[in-house]
Amino acid sequence: MADSSGQVQSAYTSTGVAPPVRWLLRVVAIGYVFLLVAWPVSFVVKETFADGLTTLTDTLSDPYVQNALMLTAEVAFWAVAINLVFGVTISILLVRYEFPGKRLLSALIDVPLSVSPVVVGLALLLVYNGRTGWFGTTLEENGLQVIFNSPGMIMATCFVALPLVIREVVPVLAEIGDDQEQAARSLGANARQTFLRITLPSIKWAVVYGVVLSLARSLGEFGAVKIVSGNFTGETQTATLVVEQKYQNFEQSQAYATSFVLAFISVACIIVVSLLRPKEST
Amino acid sequence: MTSVPLDTRTRPTRTRRPGHGARPANNLTRGAGLALGISVTWFSILVLIPLTAIVVTAAGGGWDAYVTTLTNSQTFAALTLTVGQSLLVTAINVVIGTVIAWVLVRDSFFGKRALDVIIDVPFALPTIVAGLVLLGLYGKGSPLGVDWANTEMAVFLALAFVTLPFVVRTVQPVLEELEHDVEEAAASLGAGRLTVFRRIILPSLVPAIAAGAALSFARAISEYGSLVLLSGNLPFRTEVVSVRVVTFIEGGNTAAAAAVASVMLAVALFVIVALDIVQRRVARRG
Repeated sequence: MADSSGQVQSAYTSTGVAPPVRWLLRVVAIGYVFLLVAWPVSFVVKETFADGLTTLTDTLSDPYVQNALMLTAEVAFWAVAINLVFGVTISILLVRYEFPGKRLLSALIDVPLSVSPVVVGLALLLVYNGRTGWFGTTLEENGLQVIFNSPGMIMATCFVALPLVIREVVPVLAEIGDDQEQAARSLGANARQTFLRITLPSIKWAVVYGVVLSLARSLGEFGAVKIVSGNFTGETQTATLVVEQKYQNFEQSQAYATSFVLAFISVACIIVVSLLRPKEST
Repeated sequence: MTSVPLDTRTRPTRTRRPGHGARPANNLTRGAGLALGISVTWFSILVLIPLTAIVVTAAGGGWDAYVTTLTNSQTFAALTLTVGQSLLVTAINVVIGTVIAWVLVRDSFFGKRALDVIIDVPFALPTIVAGLVLLGLYGKGSPLGVDWANTEMAVFLALAFVTLPFVVRTVQPVLEELEHDVEEAAASLGAGRLTVFRRIILPSLVPAIAAGAALSFARAISEYGSLVLLSGNLPFRTEVVSVRVVTFIEGGNTAAAAAVASVMLAVALFVIVALDIVQRRVARRG
């Protein structure tokens, strides 16, 4: 993140442009971000608290909304937990080990970031649906329903948030090197001790960022979950799906209040990350 | 902040010091081998096999059916609209994103830190909420006196919102590392400000801008959540590709859905490959 407080330079050398141009650029940047992001987002707060706390408390006592928020929390929890374990494992393998196909794996890990949520939903649907799915029919015969059920929703959420932990951890792992790990091992520490005492403490913050970002992404997933969940009211409907339904049913204030809860958590997540981050670099 | 693609990961082994001798092609311990096996299995059942299923299903109906689906006038209109708006949004991001990155790095003013945090809001905000908040400001009853809901402008707004951080976050770190010395040297030798920008600053930013633009484009093509409420999904007018895919799925026509999805997947893969090439070139130069 930018920190210009250390620059004690004249206006010209620190920016390289004349003051009028600097002002123009500043106004363009602030104006664009204000009109596109800040003002609209502040709207959700205004709409939610237009009648004081009534809308929010009413919405939160709606059993469907409660159900959806619980389901969102459950799905996000499992998706983050799975991505945490998978992400840390893959990061260590990619940075510390050599194996055939490593470059390919490293490139493929990023695929979920650019695949449309809609495509993710369809892909899982094709493989895991109980009627015609490649694996879905067998799984369903053995009593595991994936699609239109929470396993599918957890998988969809895992898919879209998959690279986030890895993207945070890999650069840190690569930067710290393996000197300390080798020293620990040469002094007789086993793999588990080395990981818990040396590796984990040094990648701690990267893991925290990864988890916070994955959490924000998981809570907000919409498209992929909509397709694999079947969007059954009160059963497989997550908070984002409730927002859509409430809005389309002309219950706008409830849609705004549910949005407020989601927006509050996700904005809190990025503020936490941006507050934590500079501390680490000093 | 995050999700900036120009990281060191594609070449993690570079950072190892010399002196280890020639590294073997495979140095997995038994435990690491097991972990790799489990991880790759999970990655396959979660990502690789499902994505393969899309290609297989799309190809299942044969070439003629595939072409017929894609050239269906409604689908084709959705494709044209999506690509057109995505290109427009990407072009705007290239300009505005670079300006914002420049302001964040070189300028200093009260509230800059807040601006820096707000840039990340579109990354974190659930897409359906993004659509809803834009509807509040630019839809019916807008305080600005406009009503862009259910128009092409709505598609543009939604895409601009969700893609805002990409160029900013790829250009920002590169701009931070640029040496002032070279610019000052050029200026002291009589280069005008515009020349300094064009000859010194811009060339070093081009790979980062290209990477950010590619990510913006990929994201814009694939966007769904923010458009659902905002664009009205009117066929031939505001219906984008992802909405078309969902319509096919809801209608039970998974073959057609897979055909359209395969095009979106191809664009995503193309962007990843292009990014990888850009990163390699940057790494070689650096």
